Amino acid sequence: MSLSAAAPRPWAGLPPMILLCIAWIVATLLVAILADLIAPAHFTAQDLTARFRKPVFMGGDWDYPLGTDHLGRDILSRIIYALRASMVIAVLGTALGAVMGTLIGLLAGRLRGVFDVFAMMLTDVQTALPSLFIAIAFLAFFGNNIVLFVILVSLEGWERYARLARGLVISEQNADYILAAETLGAGPGRLIFRHLLPNIGAALVVQATLNFPATILLETSLSFLGLGIQPPNTSLGLMLGEGQRYLLNAWWIAVLPGAVIFLTTLSVSLFGDWLRDRLDRTVER
Amino acid sequence: MTRAALLAIGLRILRALFTMLLCVTLVFVVLRTAGDPAEQLLPAETPPDVRETYRQRWGLDQPLPVQYLRYIANLAQGDLGTSFSSGQPVAAAVAETLPRTLMLGLTALLLATVLGLTLGIAAALRRGTAADRGLMAVAVLGYSMPVFFLGILLILLFALTLRVLPSSGSSSLRHLILPALTLALPLTGRVARFARTAMLEVLGRPFIRGARAKGVGNLGVILRHALPNATVPLLMFFGIEIGLTLSGAVVTETIFAWPGLGRMLVDSVSRRDLPVVQAVILLVTLVIVLSNLVVDILHSVIDPKVSMARALGGGT
Repeated sequence: MSLSAAAPRPWAGLPPMILLCIAWIVATLLVAILADLIAPAHFTAQDLTARFRKPVFMGGDWDYPLGTDHLGRDILSRIIYALRASMVIAVLGTALGAVMGTLIGLLAGRLRGVFDVFAMMLTDVQTALPSLFIAIAFLAFFGNNIVLFVILVSLEGWERYARLARGLVISEQNADYILAAETLGAGPGRLIFRHLLPNIGAALVVQATLNFPATILLETSLSFLGLGIQPPNTSLGLMLGEGQRYLLNAWWIAVLPGAVIFLTTLSVSLFGDWLRDRLDRTVER
Repeated sequence: MTRAALLAIGLRILRALFTMLLCVTLVFVVLRTAGDPAEQLLPAETPPDVRETYRQRWGLDQPLPVQYLRYIANLAQGDLGTSFSSGQPVAAAVAETLPRTLMLGLTALLLATVLGLTLGIAAALRRGTAADRGLMAVAVLGYSMPVFFLGILLILLFALTLRVLPSSGSSSLRHLILPALTLALPLTGRVARFARTAMLEVLGRPFIRGARAKGVGNLGVILRHALPNATVPLLMFFGIEIGLTLSGAVVTETIFAWPGLGRMLVDSVSRRDLPVVQAVILLVTLVIVLSNLVVDILHSVIDPKVSMARALGGGT
């Protein structure tokens, strides 16, 4: 019996790599929540006398720890606010996609018939048309607004939740506990939420975690292409797109936000893989 | 091939056609719910009679079902409409840009397949060693890397610092190197990881041990015994990857100013050139539906046990 087993330390036994990933994820979430408190400046504050300042690690000064961009805006502050925008959209998008996908899957499996056929047709369309293209088409036709943007981002991977939930409902429909609950008079709502959903809770959490990086990438890609978040607001992808023009003289404008996106998707992917191996081995790869 | 297998393939083709029709319909519905194109596209100060002329020219004065049927009939004849901004047929613009996107995409796919399979198989053979863990760590880094970030890093390194490769344009084969690498590297990571899992699964089966006991060498076991048995999962995997590669191509072409379909799509969205957007979306759908169809048909040829249920439902 080791000492650490007696002490209440939930992180004991976690691989160091996973600890690092969790630390990064928690840090990004904290930064996103506390953006107003920790950002040294507002993300639109310009100082045209301080354009293209170098970051501290390249010999710049501490007034602008990560340097400034072509309008003399503090990169650190912009990254903090951009991270908030990207995280809020990714979290909302992932949650919305998970809820809608699961609901459609549960209903399709329970109701069968026309609704099931229709839902499965929609998943076919989603497979034939990647979410990036669906999003681009909608943004082209309807113009850009934040509500539409979140809905479009949530399309990423919804069909996987739907297939997961539908498969479960169909495979369990004749299980004894479902028949028993039905006999006792449980309605469809009670059946789904009390009896069926807890069975795939772990699988859904894993799916959502693995889906999160793809959602971030969809949002940042669209913003990078200039089709997502619009200036004067900012997002990590948008910063990268703006910074691309100044690569030759001021590479940090594009590379620093890019590194933040990369570290975030990497951390969540690794954490998701680890979670899947721990919790559930049946989730679709 | 048995009659049942042929029937399954026939049904699968029908289902592909149906998915295609569904996508076409969806695009039409979205286009129409977005509002009257004549209102959206013509400047606000356009006189009503001019507006009406345009309505008639675009066929917008007809009832919706007629418009829908006409739209499908035009598509079936390869008429993708006329670009709002250039006034040229969209089909001509597509004929110019599509080959460039195919060139970029196929180069990247080939590169990723060869590299990814080699690395994945190498890792599977050294399962549990430091080399295996190292290779898989690199693979994870590869597929977590956003395409646009990788593209910018490659430009920074090869075009701006070392000055050995061009960062934009498409006038020579040298221009293809950076975009193809940008598109291929994340894919390589995913292929390597998938190939490793597929190989490990096959390598654990009794017939591999049998082959080894017979004295077949490492290379022989892989090429003659393991790889053919891992073909089906790999095929399915590539069916899924096509979509991701096309999405990546949109971003890659934008970064490297590669004049392909993806760049045309992004440009026409900012110009609200709806017929071009529509055409590119339909082409992307066509490419993905067709490649999934080919994957499924190959699948049923390789593995005759593939059931009718597979052909009919369930998707990938």
